[in-house]
Amino acid sequence: MSLIEKTASELLALQKSGQLQATEIAEAFLNAYAAREPQLQSFMLAPDASVVRQQAEAIDAKRKKGQPLGRLAGIPVAIKDVLCTRGIRTTCSSKMLEHFVPPYDAHVIERLKAEDAILFGKTNMDEFAMGSSTENSAYKMSRNPWDTERIPGGSSGGSASCVAGGQAPLSLGSDTGGSIRQPAALCGLVGMKPTYGRVSRYGLIAFASSLDQVGPLAHDVRDCALLLETIAGHDPRDSTSVNDPVPPYTQTLDQPIKNLTIGVPKEFFGQGLDSEVESAIRQAFREYEKLGAKIIDVSLPHSPYALAAYYIVAPAEASSNLARYDGMHYGHRTATPGDLIATYSKSRAEGFGKEVQRRIILGTYVLSSGYKDAYYLKALKVRRLVKKDFDDAFQHCDVIMGPTTPTAAFKIGEKANDPLALYLSDVYTVSCNLAGIPGLSIPCGFTRSGLPIGLQLLGAPFTEEKLFRIARMYEAVTDWHTRRPKL
Amino acid sequence: MSLSLDEVRKVAQLARLELSAADLALMQQQLSAILDYIDQLNELNTDGIEPLAHPLPIHNVFRPDVESSSLPVEEALGNAPNRIGDYFGVPAVFTDEPISH
Repeated sequence: MSLIEKTASELLALQKSGQLQATEIAEAFLNAYAAREPQLQSFMLAPDASVVRQQAEAIDAKRKKGQPLGRLAGIPVAIKDVLCTRGIRTTCSSKMLEHFVPPYDAHVIERLKAEDAILFGKTNMDEFAMGSSTENSAYKMSRNPWDTERIPGGSSGGSASCVAGGQAPLSLGSDTGGSIRQPAALCGLVGMKPTYGRVSRYGLIAFASSLDQVGPLAHDVRDCALLLETIAGHDPRDSTSVNDPVPPYTQTLDQPIKNLTIGVPKEFFGQGLDSEVESAIRQAFREYEKLGAKIIDVSLPHSPYALAAYYIVAPAEASSNLARYDGMHYGHRTATPGDLIATYSKSRAEGFGKEVQRRIILGTYVLSSGYKDAYYLKALKVRRLVKKDFDDAFQHCDVIMGPTTPTAAFKIGEKANDPLALYLSDVYTVSCNLAGIPGLSIPCGFTRSGLPIGLQLLGAPFTEEKLFRIARMYEAVTDWHTRRPKL
Repeated sequence: MSLSLDEVRKVAQLARLELSAADLALMQQQLSAILDYIDQLNELNTDGIEPLAHPLPIHNVFRPDVESSSLPVEEALGNAPNRIGDYFGVPAVFTDEPISH
């Protein structure tokens, strides 16, 4: 097995035992980046080879001297271009931020640096994280490493394609309605959206502030847990960041949950679910039963309405958050300014792509005078009902399971002209964001044509530790996570 | 629910987005389809349900009122589309004068 197919945990162990140097890891992934980028188009900004080499050399030197090293020492981590990196261009894959160089690091970037991780480029995404295919990037089309004619999912598409394609062992994404879990599922990876408040949003460029969370994408559960335990924790600069201790997820990972009860909502197995995806999910349930788990029916009666509520709440918050891009202090300003309003309107029309404009207009409409009660307040009431469904269901089970996505990866361009059809690919993931609960996607099989399928695990707030243990139970008896695409 | 072209135009103005006639027409069609989908929420009776704006039970987080450093001027102006001295250059708000460079 070549270096680029190994997990971060394996690379860390090989370094500790002296069999591998950080510089060798850096070279392997720099080579993979160069060889595969023309095909995969994962990155907005290439990893800076000289900086990566310098950091790797410094880590090897420290190790040689016996100096203490961070928990991600020498591990390249690719960063979704929605996270601010001090002195490194951060575009959100938008023309609006084409030349934007943040003067500060996001909290999660500070955490990675403190643990000696090697920042490894900025990954392509749907513009401002709005999309499910990465086709909304203003710059390039990322490809699914399992079939490069297909989308890698989105919005964290580049973060998924680079890990699945062996260009980086780990990456960070962000998830507002499924943007980590959906690309993880479509690219055969493990991806987690943590509980709202578990990870600081400081330096995460805002899309919908009550839904957004930063989270990890990785090859397996251990790596996913390792990256989450690195980035999670309290940060006073995000008032919604929760001040509870972060459990050592990687320490307890291999302890199975005794008397595990899995809730299966019938609402996740309705119309629109592909039969191959469904049979892979049901096969996963049988594996859990063999491990002694009890499968029970639970009901999430309002989940069929979650997507409609989401497409009010998220655009409403986006229209407010994106009002800051007015071409005055930073970001794109039109070359043909007029009066103040004309300068705003032209700068924004030129800087934002079509999907972002669509959502800003939708959000502005549902918040506008005369419509706010009918749309926005209605959606917030439905949000309460969606959350209550989960609270009730978790009285009876440890975890809720179902498909992450209704289908495997679709072809590039297939849904490009039908925004609503694309929104429907988020149907199983958005309720988790509305309720603020943690959600994890793990690989659970392939379609006959060789496309990965993801199993979604949803837990009560702040039960990430339990979710990782439950996911690991399945992973320990299956080998889906060890498969790599042929590139 | 379908939106009229005039409604889309008005909302685009509120959102400070200058759209072409073709874009407005496409937006009208796509937004109407999305609103039709959203209208299924009206099937639900939500009388007496408290709106949920935020999933966490935390409110009014305060920090100590202590002085701390702020962004240096050079860094704050580092991304300015038009810098004039130590200021952001912006179009005149109250007159028709063009932007001075």
